[in-house]
Amino acid sequence: MDSLLEFIRVDIGNPGLAMLVGNPSFAFIQLMNSVSMGMYLFTIAAGLSLIFGVLKVINFAHGAFYMFGAYIVYSVTQQLELNFWLGVLAAGIGLAALAIVIERGLFQFLYDKEHLMQLLLTFAVVLILGDLAKVIWGTDQYSVSYPDGMDGALNLGVTYYPTYRLFLCIVGPAIAIGLWLFVAKTRWGRMTRAATQDREMLAALGINVPMIYTGVFIAGSALAGIGGALASPFNSPTPGMDATVIVDCFVIVIIGGLGSLWGSFFGALIYGLVYNFGSVIVPNWQDVFAFLLLMAVLLVRPWGLFGRPEAGGH
Amino acid sequence: MTQPLSRAAALACIVVLVLLALVPTLGSAYLVDVATEILIYALFALSLNVIIGYSGNVSFGHAAYFAIGGYVNAILLTTYGWSLLPAFVAAILASMVASGVVAYFCTRLTDIYFAMLTLAFSMFIWAVAFKWRSVTGGDDGFVGVDVPELIDSRIPFFYFTLAVVTLSTAVLWLICHSAFGRTLLAVRENVTRAGFVGIDTRLMRWSAFVVAGTFGGIAGAIFGMFHHGMYVESAFWTQSATVLIMTLLGGMFSFFGPAIGAATLFVLQRLTNEYTEFWPTVLGVILLVILLFVPDGLVGLARKIRARLGRA
Repeated sequence: MDSLLEFIRVDIGNPGLAMLVGNPSFAFIQLMNSVSMGMYLFTIAAGLSLIFGVLKVINFAHGAFYMFGAYIVYSVTQQLELNFWLGVLAAGIGLAALAIVIERGLFQFLYDKEHLMQLLLTFAVVLILGDLAKVIWGTDQYSVSYPDGMDGALNLGVTYYPTYRLFLCIVGPAIAIGLWLFVAKTRWGRMTRAATQDREMLAALGINVPMIYTGVFIAGSALAGIGGALASPFNSPTPGMDATVIVDCFVIVIIGGLGSLWGSFFGALIYGLVYNFGSVIVPNWQDVFAFLLLMAVLLVRPWGLFGRPEAGGH
Repeated sequence: MTQPLSRAAALACIVVLVLLALVPTLGSAYLVDVATEILIYALFALSLNVIIGYSGNVSFGHAAYFAIGGYVNAILLTTYGWSLLPAFVAAILASMVASGVVAYFCTRLTDIYFAMLTLAFSMFIWAVAFKWRSVTGGDDGFVGVDVPELIDSRIPFFYFTLAVVTLSTAVLWLICHSAFGRTLLAVRENVTRAGFVGIDTRLMRWSAFVVAGTFGGIAGAIFGMFHHGMYVESAFWTQSATVLIMTLLGGMFSFFGPAIGAATLFVLQRLTNEYTEFWPTVLGVILLVILLFVPDGLVGLARKIRARLGRA
C-alpha cells in the first residue's frame, strides 16, 4: 500500500502530459483520483446546494461542519478506539444534532432578512465553531487510519488502485441517486421541492414549512459531516480545513448551478478532473486551474451548467 | 449621506486630522504604530463601502485588491528596485486593472451569486500569490521590503500614511458625492427603476467595484511597506470578511462609518488579544450583535440616540 501511494505521489510530480498519453495505467489512476476526489467533495457540496435550494441561505459554516465531521471520526477511532464506520455514523448524527441547535437557535430568525445579513450570520457561526473546535481538539494535526479491509489496493486489470478511494467512487453516485430518489419520488421530497417554489402556498395548504426547513438543514449538514468523515483518512483533521473546503464547494456549486443536485454532482466531477489532470500537466498550479474553469463556465453560462437564470426584478 | 459635508462634519474632520497629526508628539512608539495601522484599515474599509454602501452589492473578496496593491508595490520596490512613486502608481494601476477584470465577471450576476463570485476570484488571487513562489515568496511571505529611506522610520512613515489616506479619503468622498455616487445610490435603492431611467446599471456596478478595488490597493501598498512584507493571509477570504465586519460595525449607510468601524474593531482586537486567544469568538459575537441589534452600525446607533435625545 505504502509503495503504491508512493508510486502515485511520485508520478504526480513528474512532467506529465507524455505520461498521460504514453502510460494508460497512469492515466487511469489520474482518472480514478479525479473521480474519488470529486465524489467526496460532492457529498459536501450537495449539502450546501440542498440547503441553498430550499432555505435560500448560503451557509459559510458548512465548511466548519465538514471539519467537525473529520474531527469526530478522529475521536471515535483514535480516542475511543472504535470502528471507522461508527465514526462516520457518529459524524452524521453529531452534525445533525449540531444543525438542529444552530437552525432552531439562530438560522430560523434570518430567513426573512437580507442575504447579506444571512451570509454574515453564518460567518459568525464559522468564527465561533472554529474556536470551539480548537477548545475540543486543540491545534494538532491528527491522522485517521483507513478502515479495516480498505487499507490495501485492488487489482482492476489495468492497474492496482487503493480500495478506499475506489469505495469513494461508488459511494458518491450512491448518495447522488439516493438523494435524487428521495427528492423526486417521496412525499417528503415533493414537499421539499414545493418549499423551494412557494413557501406561503405550501404553508397555506397546511404543511409545516418550518419543519421542512429544519429537516433540510439537518440533512444538508449531516452530508457535510459525513463528507468530512469520509475525507478524514487522507485529509488529516486540522484547524483551517473548514476555510479551504468551503471555497472548493463554492467553486463546485457555481460551476454546477446553485440548488441543483446534478449540478453539484457534475460540478464536483469536473472539479476533480481539472484539479488532478491540471496537477499532472502543470504541477503545483492545480488550484488556479479550477478558477480558470470557473471563469470559462461563467462566460458561457453565468448561472452554472445545471442552474436556471436568476429571476429578474430584484 | 447625500448632503454635502456640513459645517459640523467638516469641523469634525479637521479636529480628527489635527489630533491624528499630534499622535507622534505623545512620544509612544506603540501609539504611532497603532494609529498607522488604523489609518490603513480605515482606508481599506472606506473603499469597500463604495461597493456595499453605495452600489448595494456585497463583496466577499475585497482582500484580493489589497493584496495585489501590497504585493505589486513590494515586489517593484524590492525585486526591481523601483523608486517609490512609480512603484506606488503601478501598484494602484494593478489593483485597478485586476478589479476591472474581476468586476467584468462578477457584475454579470447579483446578490448572493455576486458575493460568492467575488469570494471565488479573491481565492484565485490568493492561489496565485501562494503558488508563484519565485515572485511572491509563497507561504513564507514576501519579506524584507525595501522601503524608501525617506519614510523608512516610524514617524515619517506615519505622516506619509496620514497624507496618503487623507488624500484618498478626500477623493473617495468626492466620488461618492458626485453625480456618479448619487447614481450608484439609485442603483442600490432600486436596480429595475434605475434601469428604466436609462442608467446602465451593470456599468455603474462595475465602476463602483473598480473604484473600491483601486483604493483597496492603495491601502494594501501602504500595508506592505508598514510591515516590511506581504503575506498570503492578506488575500485569504477571511481577511475580506474582517474588513466587511469593520464596514458594518461602523455603518454602511454613512461615508465615514467604515473608518470608525475599522478603528473600533482594530482597537478591540488589540485589547482582546491581551487577555485571550479566542478573538474569533469575540469577533463572531460582535458580528451577531451588530446583525441582530444594530444593523446600521455605530453611526446608525449614534444617529438614533441623538434623534431620541433631540425629542426629549
